[in-house]
Amino acid sequence: MIAIVNYGMGNLRSVQKAFEHVGAKAVIVDKPEDIDTAERVVLPGVGAFGDAMSNLKTAGLIAPIVRAISEGRPFLGICLGLQLMFAESEEMGQHRGLDILPGKVKRFPEGQRVPQIGWNEVRIQRETVLLDGVPDGSYFYFVHSFFVASERDEDVVGVTDYGIDYASIAGNDRAFGVQFHPEKSQDAGLKILKNFAEKV
Amino acid sequence: MLARRIIPCLDVKNGRNVRGVRFSADKDAGDPIALARRYDAEGADELVFYDITASAEKRDIVGKLVRRVSEEVFIPFTVGGGVRTYQDIRIIIEGGAEKASINSAAVHTPEIITQGAESFGSQAIVGSIDAIRRPNSNQSEDVRWEVVINGGRTYTGRDALEWAEELVDRGAGELVLNSIDADGTKDGYDIELNRRVAERVDVPIVASGGAGGPEDMYAVLSKGKASAALAASIFHYNQYSIAEVKTYLAERGVPVRPRIEIDLT
Repeated sequence: MIAIVNYGMGNLRSVQKAFEHVGAKAVIVDKPEDIDTAERVVLPGVGAFGDAMSNLKTAGLIAPIVRAISEGRPFLGICLGLQLMFAESEEMGQHRGLDILPGKVKRFPEGQRVPQIGWNEVRIQRETVLLDGVPDGSYFYFVHSFFVASERDEDVVGVTDYGIDYASIAGNDRAFGVQFHPEKSQDAGLKILKNFAEKV
Repeated sequence: MLARRIIPCLDVKNGRNVRGVRFSADKDAGDPIALARRYDAEGADELVFYDITASAEKRDIVGKLVRRVSEEVFIPFTVGGGVRTYQDIRIIIEGGAEKASINSAAVHTPEIITQGAESFGSQAIVGSIDAIRRPNSNQSEDVRWEVVINGGRTYTGRDALEWAEELVDRGAGELVLNSIDADGTKDGYDIELNRRVAERVDVPIVASGGAGGPEDMYAVLSKGKASAALAASIFHYNQYSIAEVKTYLAERGVPVRPRIEIDLT
């Protein structure tokens, strides 16, 4: 069973429906014990980094999420969920993240329209089962104003160009995050969700 | 590189497709989900559902449509048409749409943009502007555009460029510019309107009104500096497929997303 974590940061229904479409059972949960008993954990989310961390803390969800990852249960962060995996963010002040991956969340430099809204290419940096059957250079749907700057090159799974090259897929072992919305990225996105549900 | 978007617009009423020219609904062409699927298969980057239902059940009808779309089509979509209150926005976003598009209501109560952006994020709030060209009394400017509402029937006295800026300041994450002069003519988008607004604000601009073919889309996405081009009838009546438009654009160096098939079994 896949647990989609609900912590008041955006609509999760589309993520659930996309998993169902590829034959995976996913439930929306908001209690620590539901994360502890889940086989796989998905952390979606849109909105502000600081609010997200504070909501996770209030709901007592930080420890169960970190535990799931350290126990090697498959984890997928989506959009803000990817950013939360990192150590800190400079979005509206300085905020601590879940600190699963070393690195920082930064705002796009001047000169680009922000938020980035639309379909952009992902150049695959290394092989992982998460991307089985997903062609290099596939387009995914992005909506974001901040990006992750990973400290370790080996954590960068996919790279996207929006004025600068940044990590659009990051992670290692069985914990991954994607900056785009796989649930709204047509076949390429659905394939990633299917791989996550079946292979990671 | 970020692709320019091609967005078919589906006009819907009571959960069914309608096609309109200059806002007068005339012809029922069936199930919006079937049409959405067709556009998705052709490579649409996004969909806009423009709901013109004018009954007490409007909110329920829209909610049901949004939920059906999000269960069957896995590309982003926007819902607009008579979005007036926080509750209207909530039903659209919680049902699974990416964005709610707000037009006349923002002119009456601009706070709806602010409130929507604070609750759901700027990325979920589209400011939709119906603009019409007006003779200019100020000699230093060659042309100006006035904001009109209620489907083009009511002049507001507002300058469209200033209004665009205010919508963005209030939290709109994207703007749709619908030229009332060009709407339904198939003579091309109002390039100048799009360019002027795109140079003034940082958020993406979606050009709307006047698409007659791929060359119009090319013009507004290059000279017009729009991030996306919206069209209804040329796709609806099969004059051009989305794939044809994208091929035309790609040949001229405009970045577009190719439609790929991936085995999902």
